[in-house]
Amino acid sequence: MSLEEKKQQVVEDFSVYDEWLDKYEYLIELGKGLEAFPEEKKTEERLIKGCQSRVWLDSEERDGRLYFTADSDAIITKGIISLLISVYSGCTKQEIAADDFGFVAEIGLKDNLSPTRANGLVSMIERIKEIAG
Amino acid sequence: MLEQIRQQFPALSAQVYGKPLVYLDNAATAMRPQSVVDTWTQSVLAGNANIHRAVHYLAGVATEAYEGARDCVQAFINAPSREEIVFTSGATAAVNLVASSFGEAFIQEGDEVVVSAAEHHSNIVPWQLLCERKKSVLKVLDIHDDGELAVEQLESLLSPRTKIVAISHISNVLGLVNPVEEIVRICHAKGVPVLVDGAQGIVHEPVDVQALDCDFYVFSGHKLYAATGTGVLYGKRKWLDAMPPYMGGGEMIKSVSFAKTTYAPLPEKFEAGTQNFNGAPTLVPAIRFVQEARANASVQKEQAAITEYIYTKLIEDERITIYGTPFAHKIPLFSFAVKNAHHEDLALILDKMGIALRSGQMCAEPLMDRLGVTGLLRASFGPYNTLAEAEYFVKSLEKAINMLM
Ligand SMILES: Cc1ncc(COP(=O)(O)O)c(C=O)c1O
Repeated sequence: MSLEEKKQQVVEDFSVYDEWLDKYEYLIELGKGLEAFPEEKKTEERLIKGCQSRVWLDSEERDGRLYFTADSDAIITKGIISLLISVYSGCTKQEIAADDFGFVAEIGLKDNLSPTRANGLVSMIERIKEIAG
Repeated sequence: MLEQIRQQFPALSAQVYGKPLVYLDNAATAMRPQSVVDTWTQSVLAGNANIHRAVHYLAGVATEAYEGARDCVQAFINAPSREEIVFTSGATAAVNLVASSFGEAFIQEGDEVVVSAAEHHSNIVPWQLLCERKKSVLKVLDIHDDGELAVEQLESLLSPRTKIVAISHISNVLGLVNPVEEIVRICHAKGVPVLVDGAQGIVHEPVDVQALDCDFYVFSGHKLYAATGTGVLYGKRKWLDAMPPYMGGGEMIKSVSFAKTTYAPLPEKFEAGTQNFNGAPTLVPAIRFVQEARANASVQKEQAAITEYIYTKLIEDERITIYGTPFAHKIPLFSFAVKNAHHEDLALILDKMGIALRSGQMCAEPLMDRLGVTGLLRASFGPYNTLAEAEYFVKSLEKAINMLM
């Protein structure tokens, strides 16, 4: 799937939930399904500032494409990061650097999360861009 | 009966995400009663003029309202004189004023300042800044695991170099009333003055600064139903007189020349610049509301019922740990952790159920470290909250926990 298709998919998946609590249920499920992140990788350098919860993000480059792994001590955050990872893992640095991350606003995450959480989300996006940049 | 109290607070009838708002973040800021809104409006519409400076009619109206608020605060905390009531922009500004100005006059290199492990950042950082500037030492009075201050360790913590002890009346995390009278007695026996951070205390406890005999008492208006940007520093005259001005500017001077400037008497000496003349008068209806609520038997009954209900529900639940447990000293403010559920997840879910709660470190990082947590969830109740809301909160919390398990 191309980056555009993956984003479209996420927007569609999200659009079936009208209720916020259902969206959270969905994010919680995603969070629970996130691949285990090794404890020894939870270092200060991988920690993302600006979140009430702690988020660790790691990346690896293979064949010119970036692959992300991540973890958080809060499950909804973990769901959100899992969304971001599923969209951007496998993309080239150029693709990520050129992307505007607008789909995050489209699914309503940015507006409807608490300000501190929204900050955390912004920090996560910034870190992904930083890695690609 | 409570309905009549609730009706005074238009903000409480809000809907959030299509659900009735249940506002349980009163320790962060309280809602404003209509009387406070009206006083503000009145001040802006019919009494808006810079105070103390002009001879015109409106200036007189504004000055009277502002100074009337000072009299009202003086009576409310039973301060010996109105000159000992300094208006500030809040508790934080008041602590900074004392740390800076008292510190300038009385603290030297090697001297010591004592705070507790349970302080809000606003009662830590100003002292740290002072200690850095003066090369003095910040010492910390510990708490017990149940959240009580280790008052029995206070005496041995005081040394001939201790110049001030700054301690909260009630911690914004633990929700326990500290034995401030005893603390003042212990400190005064060694000649050490005491600043009481009353940001939470003033809301929940009657305060008589003469009976308490503290040297300074500070609080914010916005937690006490008044306008934001209002606050009070009570200080004993002997200290305020001996302290140098904190900020320079208009209003705080007697005469200015490039050769020598002399300062205005108390309290103007510490109120540089244009005072918050729209805000300060709102302290009057706010204080009237507090007095009304304290005298209202159904409010008191409801508050006691809420405290007991929440305390019992949370204590009984094996998944939940409350921080600040001695019931005898508990106010309706509960900080807690839920096993295997992050405070932020719970706060997010509860928010979508219409419940406003605080989550995180609550401006008390050293306390979080002491408790061994990265953050907590806090429900803090006000006199307009009902037992029905408390029950809805407990039910919703259960639902939220189940969603996360
Ligand atoms: C115990 C305590 N001290 C100080 C403050 C600071 O108050 P303000 O931010 O209104 O200056 C607060 C407010 O959260 C508090 O709870």
